[in-house]
Amino acid sequence: MIDAAWLLIAIPLLGAAVLLLAGRRSNAWGHWLGVATSGASFVVAALVLVALLGRDASDRVVDVNLFDWIDAGPLTVEAGLRIDPLSLTFVLLVTFVGTLIHVYSVAYMEHDADRRRFFAYLNLFVAAMLLLVLADSYLLLFVGWEGVGLASYLLIGFWNHVPANATAAKKAFIVNRVADVGMIVALMLMFNTFGALDFSTVLTEAPGISDEGTLTAIALMLLVAACGKSAQFPLQSWLGDAMAGPTPVSALIHAATMVTAGVYLVVRSGPIFTGAPDALLVTAIIGAITLLFGAIVGCAKDDIKKALAASTMSQIGYMMLAAGLGPIGYAFAIFHLITHGFFKAGMFLGAGSVMHGMDDDVNMRHYGALSKFMKITWVTFGLGWLAILGIPPFSGFWSKDKIIESAFAAGEGHGWQPWVFGMVALVGAGITAFYMSRLFFMTFYGDKRWTKDLSDGSELPVRHPHESPALMTWPMIILAVGSAGLGGVLAIGGGFTTWLEPVTGHVAHHDPVLPIPVIVVTTIVLVLIGAFLAWRQYAASAVPLTPPHGTPLTRAARVDLYQDAVNENLFMRPGQYLTRSLVYLDKRVVDGAFMGLAGMLALIGAGVKRMQNGFVRSYAAMMLAGFLVLVVVVLFVWN
Amino acid sequence: MELTNYLVLSAILFSIGAATVLLRRNAIIVFMGIELMLNASNLAFVTFARMHGDLTGQVIAFFVMVVAAAEVVVGLAIIVSIFRTRRSASVDDANLLKN
Repeated sequence: MIDAAWLLIAIPLLGAAVLLLAGRRSNAWGHWLGVATSGASFVVAALVLVALLGRDASDRVVDVNLFDWIDAGPLTVEAGLRIDPLSLTFVLLVTFVGTLIHVYSVAYMEHDADRRRFFAYLNLFVAAMLLLVLADSYLLLFVGWEGVGLASYLLIGFWNHVPANATAAKKAFIVNRVADVGMIVALMLMFNTFGALDFSTVLTEAPGISDEGTLTAIALMLLVAACGKSAQFPLQSWLGDAMAGPTPVSALIHAATMVTAGVYLVVRSGPIFTGAPDALLVTAIIGAITLLFGAIVGCAKDDIKKALAASTMSQIGYMMLAAGLGPIGYAFAIFHLITHGFFKAGMFLGAGSVMHGMDDDVNMRHYGALSKFMKITWVTFGLGWLAILGIPPFSGFWSKDKIIESAFAAGEGHGWQPWVFGMVALVGAGITAFYMSRLFFMTFYGDKRWTKDLSDGSELPVRHPHESPALMTWPMIILAVGSAGLGGVLAIGGGFTTWLEPVTGHVAHHDPVLPIPVIVVTTIVLVLIGAFLAWRQYAASAVPLTPPHGTPLTRAARVDLYQDAVNENLFMRPGQYLTRSLVYLDKRVVDGAFMGLAGMLALIGAGVKRMQNGFVRSYAAMMLAGFLVLVVVVLFVWN
Repeated sequence: MELTNYLVLSAILFSIGAATVLLRRNAIIVFMGIELMLNASNLAFVTFARMHGDLTGQVIAFFVMVVAAAEVVVGLAIIVSIFRTRRSASVDDANLLKN
């Protein structure tokens, strides 16, 4: 079955091709084809899992060669798939969550004229994402990497008749291009260092490279790529705007799968990062910054999707932090990625369900008391909320707690690192509890605000919140079950960590600088405090319909801590100035030279044209004059 | 008699012919100017043949006469034809090819 793994990618790709090429003829059944191809991919993934589980743990890294791709002198790249616990974990997550979201979209996009195109793009995304995680070389990974970027662009701008959505899509695309430069430079450095781009050569030889500087350069360039794709500081600005896409897209691409590709890249390149401690430290620092950044932004957002996007950023920051801790953290980064994939996708689908019932209003200040009207959404969202808070025994507890413990063991437990990273992770958990509870309470508790008059005398439109159809609730229920139980199941006896060991390697346990029970209890206490503060402010007391002025920090967080202003003034304006100067230079100097030359020729032509006056006598006079000149030349000059 | 005088006469005739071509508008007169120039050159040819004691110049003069005769036939035909269609024999009016 492992040899047939190419079917994983081929089936959704075929689905996308059929849906895009068949055009309107497939409008009637296109969405079901999309669901079927995604589901078929999941079935294949499950069969591959069974085949892989039948092997010895040491024998679970399988390279399936597909065809010779590039054969150009010293550069030979074969297109092949690497089936190992890491890639298969991703494949299962992508196909399982992907299929659920396909089903959800059938109902969510029911009234959209372009539903078939939507499913074509979703299928395209699934195919590209599977190629990304299954590739056995960095070059093939890059193909998938760009493929998911394209799918993300197409889906963010799916409703591109609204200019803001098209702009958001462009923003995501451009920020990702910046990151891709890092990827390309990393590819060049790898080829220069190892003479190959496939994992088996690069990752085997990386520990043997004595030149740490080269490894650090490669690792940092890979990190740039990862930062762009995973919306990590300083390339995080696109994720909030990416919420312009339909909500299922936000759930699948911008929460559960694509944005975690950066974490995958870092963990996959583990041997390179392990050989470059400086790059690992940078990774951890970026993870820690983004963790706090996302959490702070999340506290101030009133747009339910943007608050969830900030939360995604923050949670991926946790994963990056874990990955930056080195081998002790790789498995936990992936573990948190999986649990996060479930509870965040579930919450996004819940947000979509709420929007569905509230006429696509995303402003949480217009919600309130929805728990009475949308019982299934409330319960499923609640389970996701408990999971992200890290309340035992829900799945977030098992994964996030491990990351916090590992953070307290950073740098092998010496120096400033364990304290700084540990405290950041701990504080982050408290803030996470606050903003997620704020979101939860503002939406489902408090008083009904959608019936109120606005302060300026106008009324909110009449709303009839209702539960979503079964096609939408069932995926939410399944994801909620995963949010509740998956973490605990995978954590039994360190099962998931052991499963990943063929890729991440076995690591001797490091003791955190604080005893583990102290860390666990402190985390839970902080989480409860955060949740209580949110309850007191957003459930027990009335929430104003218009946001209060707020502290300077709140106002900064509302505009994403000025990230756009910084980008604009630091990069966009100087870039614009540079291009404008170049345009000016081009117009005045380069064009000027050519236009001047052409103008001179035209002037000469205009002068000469006067002589062609059509009078035979003037031509005769010219002939005579020319003849006389010739005579003079022959008689006086020549001799 | 000094042979140079013939050359001077030839030059004077040629200049008169050239001036006629350049200054007059009537096609017939212009044509006459051309004939005068041809004959002036004929006179020069014959004079040079005499000066060098060589017949080549005289032979060339005959050729020129033949060419001039042919040219008169064609040229007058064109002028008459233009005069018939445009009621004018002025060379300045024959500017159909302009622009």
